[in-house]
Amino acid sequence: MNPYLPREAQIIKRSEESPNTVSLLLRLTDGQPYDFAPGQFNMLYLYGCGEVAISVVSDAEDSGLLMHTIRALGRVTRGLTALKPGGRIGLRGPFGRGWPMTEAEGQDVVIVTGGLGCAPSVSVIHHILSRRERYGRLSILQGVKHTDDLIWRAQYDTWSALPDVEVMLAADVAEPGWHGHVGLVTTLFDRLHLAADRTVAMLCGPEVMMRAGAEGLQVLGLNADSIHLSMERNMQCAVGHCGHCQIGAHFVCRNGPVFRWPEVRSLLGTRGF
Amino acid sequence: MDNSGILPRGALQSLLDALTDRGYRTIGPQVRDNAIQYLDLADVGQLPAGWTDDQAPGSYRLSRVESPRCFAWATGPQALKPYLFCSREVLWRAERDATGKLDFSTSQTNGAPVAIIGARACDLAALALQDRHFLGAIRDPYYDARRDTLFIVALHCAFPADTCFCASTGDGPRAKQGFDLALSELDEGFLVEVGTERGAAVAAQLPLQPSRPEQHRQAEQEIEEAAHQQFRQLPSRDLQSALFARLEHPRWDAVAARCLSCGNCTSVCPTCFCHAEQDVPALGGARTEHVREWDSCFSVGHSHLHGFVVRPETRHRYRQWLTHKLGSWHTQYGRSGCVGCGRCITWCPVGIDITEEATAITGDNWEPRGSA
Ligand code: SF4
Ligand code: SF4
Ligand code: FES
Repeated sequence: MNPYLPREAQIIKRSEESPNTVSLLLRLTDGQPYDFAPGQFNMLYLYGCGEVAISVVSDAEDSGLLMHTIRALGRVTRGLTALKPGGRIGLRGPFGRGWPMTEAEGQDVVIVTGGLGCAPSVSVIHHILSRRERYGRLSILQGVKHTDDLIWRAQYDTWSALPDVEVMLAADVAEPGWHGHVGLVTTLFDRLHLAADRTVAMLCGPEVMMRAGAEGLQVLGLNADSIHLSMERNMQCAVGHCGHCQIGAHFVCRNGPVFRWPEVRSLLGTRGF
Repeated sequence: MDNSGILPRGALQSLLDALTDRGYRTIGPQVRDNAIQYLDLADVGQLPAGWTDDQAPGSYRLSRVESPRCFAWATGPQALKPYLFCSREVLWRAERDATGKLDFSTSQTNGAPVAIIGARACDLAALALQDRHFLGAIRDPYYDARRDTLFIVALHCAFPADTCFCASTGDGPRAKQGFDLALSELDEGFLVEVGTERGAAVAAQLPLQPSRPEQHRQAEQEIEEAAHQQFRQLPSRDLQSALFARLEHPRWDAVAARCLSCGNCTSVCPTCFCHAEQDVPALGGARTEHVREWDSCFSVGHSHLHGFVVRPETRHRYRQWLTHKLGSWHTQYGRSGCVGCGRCITWCPVGIDITEEATAITGDNWEPRGSA
């Protein structure tokens, strides 16, 4: 098996989530099975251009299709988000260690995200909602820079209407018409009622936010080992060979992207790692 | 390991011929562009007989010596690494037909197996590390195919350069493992030591003569002296914890003020494995190649993360190189990533010396400001 060789995938559907964020629903054309765990990622390949690491947002049991939400940030992502239904791309994956879904069974789950509707957290939300009986209370705390940035608005509304799910949104800067909380996502912690001994936290977003989030959750009584973070680094090979994704001794592509807080605490926030 | 005897100097060509007969492409050291380089070697006359190297921080010079020996020098800028982990290689190709359909294919072409003559102990230790990296949980098929068929003729070092410190890392100057055959060069010929069955089969074809105990004693003594001549060394303490405890040590700024962030050190280092991937489309657009090339943690692009660079300053990059090479490697591969070859010292244009930096950073009782 050549771990570098992509498979072909076809775009079944394309939806715009925000002016520069697009979701692509994909089908692998080789008909071979594809299994992944929430929090894992694929390398998506734009013909003639290159690959980029993007986490899977769909639920693993979604009928042979998989979904990626992509923000146009660079050459490859701009090209991918411009593709039309029927278009073809390359795909390798899934890669890495995802969220601790088994460990979280029977526990309450707190999801803290910052930035653009953080993709790695969406798959975990889908996973929990479609296996509702296995998990306790689900709290989703989402921070955004501008209220404009809030993608999946409709999804958040749907989720918050579900029993035993709470959704709290915070915007750094409120636009007119925003009635939610204003401030960093961590300022929502004041309103969080946690059963600290049976809660697993999953964080993704900018590193400063995750650091503040992990520290804040520990203050609320959460065990450091129950706090999980999804890290991002330059990824090129996704199999631990190219060296780009290292943080200290960790290869984010292979040992992560999801880490326990104590595994990354010492270097998270140290500039240059 | 067997001592099979001595191959008279005049019969060295028989070794190349035996390997060629077995289908190997023979590679060995030669003088090219004022440096000793490992290149295709058809005739032992191409070996650098009578040459030696003078190495110092930021300097490499070849000079002539009165000696019949072919290996009276230490290291060139590269040895084994480029023959296994190529500096540039196509990983796969993609073709797009008129309907937009993509077809991916690997480009693996297994060339003739390679036999390397004159691999040094440091290079064999580095090879063992590259094996751990590329043939670990996920195997690199390109490296794997070349590694699988590689035939290694090692050469025990008797002429270390001033930049060498393999004795302090425990990797040399004697080649201890990982070779098919190992040679000790004496003026009159080569003592041959067999490391594998493959090696024994080749040795059996050579016109070996019985060796005398004093020849072995002399070879031993030369290797021992080679170890004693080395005056550089890495601190013997636990460098991983010492370095990570000193991430804010002022010496990082001092070394960064000299470092050009050129990446020469990483490209000559036999254990560095970083590489970048890139698509190279053919004109016309129906075909593209996905290529990998050596990359360096000193390049801006290395830590690029959409619109943001994790290591913007030279200080971060030098610190990454050192904390990885001498630190994180222990966690990743069970030992330091430095085999003491000294290449990064020699080929650094400003002569930054890894042993000196590691000593300066970890040798004092420095503590971060604010700690008790
Ligand atoms: S770090 Fe320098 S001395 Fe050590 S193996 Fe690499 S090039 Fe050789
Ligand atoms: S240490 Fe020397 S060789 Fe390495 S990047 Fe800096 S200047 Fe270049
Ligand atoms: S992405 Fe290449 S080592 Fe992790």
